[in-house]
Amino acid sequence: MSDALVFHFDVDGENFTSAGQASTQVKKNLRQLGLPPDIIRRVSIAMYEGEINMVIHANGGTADVSVTEEYVEIVLKDQGPGIPNVEQAMQEGFSTATDSIRSLGFGAGMGLPNMKRYTDSMEIDTVIGVGTTITMRVNL
Amino acid sequence: MKVSELLSHGFEAVSLPDGDREIVGVYIGDLLSWVMGRAEMDNAWITIMTNVNVIAVASLADTSCVILAEGVELPEDIVQTAQEKGINVLSSNQPTYETAVQLAGLVS
Repeated sequence: MSDALVFHFDVDGENFTSAGQASTQVKKNLRQLGLPPDIIRRVSIAMYEGEINMVIHANGGTADVSVTEEYVEIVLKDQGPGIPNVEQAMQEGFSTATDSIRSLGFGAGMGLPNMKRYTDSMEIDTVIGVGTTITMRVNL
Repeated sequence: MKVSELLSHGFEAVSLPDGDREIVGVYIGDLLSWVMGRAEMDNAWITIMTNVNVIAVASLADTSCVILAEGVELPEDIVQTAQEKGINVLSSNQPTYETAVQLAGLVS
């Protein structure tokens, strides 16, 4: 089996309006690789939600996407405050976003649920005061 | 029906880089994550949100077009972004409900 293709991105925590640049680039890369539109859509949305979360809650972070013959894996890593109650954060509608974030149309409490919805597996590794790493896979 | 065909039904083109794209179904929503969770590929997406994240969501969720209802206007720099990203944006002066009703008669 050939080696995985890996893409690395830094997600800028300061710039809310540029959020989505990494996922847009991944979408382009996956298209060039000829992956099916449905797979590309699932990966793009899950990654965008993760990017937005990192911008809203963690002052940015990094995103690494690897593509193998079996799956696309997205690893999102930040040095943010951590998630105190993952079970609660996974509930649709639960959000700690501010009013200014909500006025942009975010903060509906659908970010993590959407990430789970669109991927085949999702693991959340979070430590309060240290950061959060989320690993998602979409099977090919 | 094609996105560009809406122009002959009272919708105005704000950005139309891919007018031949086919519309399949309609989704209405302003909460972006809700839209990403529920809208389907090729839907026409009716919203009143006009920030740049709308363009990112339309691109990533792969909707056929964004339809701005209630006569809301997209800022010029965001029109530019929509064109660069190949995102179709139309506008309607009708309220959201009337816009949806009109689309219901047009889109399968």
